[in-house]
Amino acid sequence: MPLPSRVLVVIPAFNEEATLAAVVQEVRAALPSADVLVVDDCSTDGTRAVALTTAAQVLTLPINLGVGGAMRAGFRYALRYGHDAVLQVDGDGQHDPQDAPRLIAALADADLVIGARFAGHGDYDVRGPRRWAMRLLARTLSRVTGARLTDATSGFRVCNGRTLELFARHYPAEYLGDTVETLVIVARAGLTVAQVPVTMRDRAGGQPSQSPVRAAVYLLRVVLALGLGRLRRYDFAEGVKVPV
Amino acid sequence: MNDVKIVSLVGGIAIVLVMVELLRRRQLKEKYAVLWLAVALAVAVLAVAPGLLDAVAGRLSVADPVNLLLFVGMLVLLSVCVHLSWECSRLEDETRALAEEVALLRNQVEQREPPP
Repeated sequence: MPLPSRVLVVIPAFNEEATLAAVVQEVRAALPSADVLVVDDCSTDGTRAVALTTAAQVLTLPINLGVGGAMRAGFRYALRYGHDAVLQVDGDGQHDPQDAPRLIAALADADLVIGARFAGHGDYDVRGPRRWAMRLLARTLSRVTGARLTDATSGFRVCNGRTLELFARHYPAEYLGDTVETLVIVARAGLTVAQVPVTMRDRAGGQPSQSPVRAAVYLLRVVLALGLGRLRRYDFAEGVKVPV
Repeated sequence: MNDVKIVSLVGGIAIVLVMVELLRRRQLKEKYAVLWLAVALAVAVLAVAPGLLDAVAGRLSVADPVNLLLFVGMLVLLSVCVHLSWECSRLEDETRALAEEVALLRNQVEQREPPP
């Protein structure tokens, strides 16, 4: 597959005023030719103001839609302005943009590339039931997509033109939908997925919860998201009109 | 006419009146009003002719006509709830699409040139 020439970096941001400017700067340093789009998901802090001081384009959602909602807005932006790849980077600084060129290069063999933290890089680690949930996810999604995936919930990913057209139509807004269900959608559309090891940095805004009850709820939602992805009907036909 | 009949007849007529008034004030879409009008009419009819319920129950081999009434009532309420969830999901989807469009347009107006 040809490598993309017009990459759009989408940074979904909800209350990330502390880290956003640095993230945008790092992204621009790592990918000088790419356009950067910050999607402010109706933040209550100064995220929008900070984003406007950077060189990035800014989408300001009038209501909070969650990561999935912010990303679909980004995909529609990409379609509207003729981008042929979308790279998603979190606004909290946990993804290292220096890994981005390797992710994009991997588009040569896949339609969607995921930056994974458990692939022998970095020192990020989780334990307990949450880890089991992630294992279940990894196993199921590896089977569904036919690729070896260890970190399906990673929000550090890049997709090519065909995939972003699909995503502009069918990107779920539900919790976990943006990571788990999208992989199922991609697999069902006959597109290929690959994984690239990346380094994760500590999140500026605290660690994910480790309480067993929360982990159990998380596990249930994982199962639900996987099931929904299998069950739902999607329109995979090429050339289906998207309101761009 | 006994008390029960009067109560249910008054109830049925009251629902009909409320629905008509809501429709008249444009507070209710026709598609929702039709359902409640049908329910109200059914209540009114059963109030006037309770023998109808007995006859239907007998035909369906339901021993106690009241059970049939409760069962059908529950079924109606359940389907109304499902229908509302469906409408709600649709509305959320539409809101989401509108929010995206607003964001795209605001970006275009405030930050960048129109697309080629």
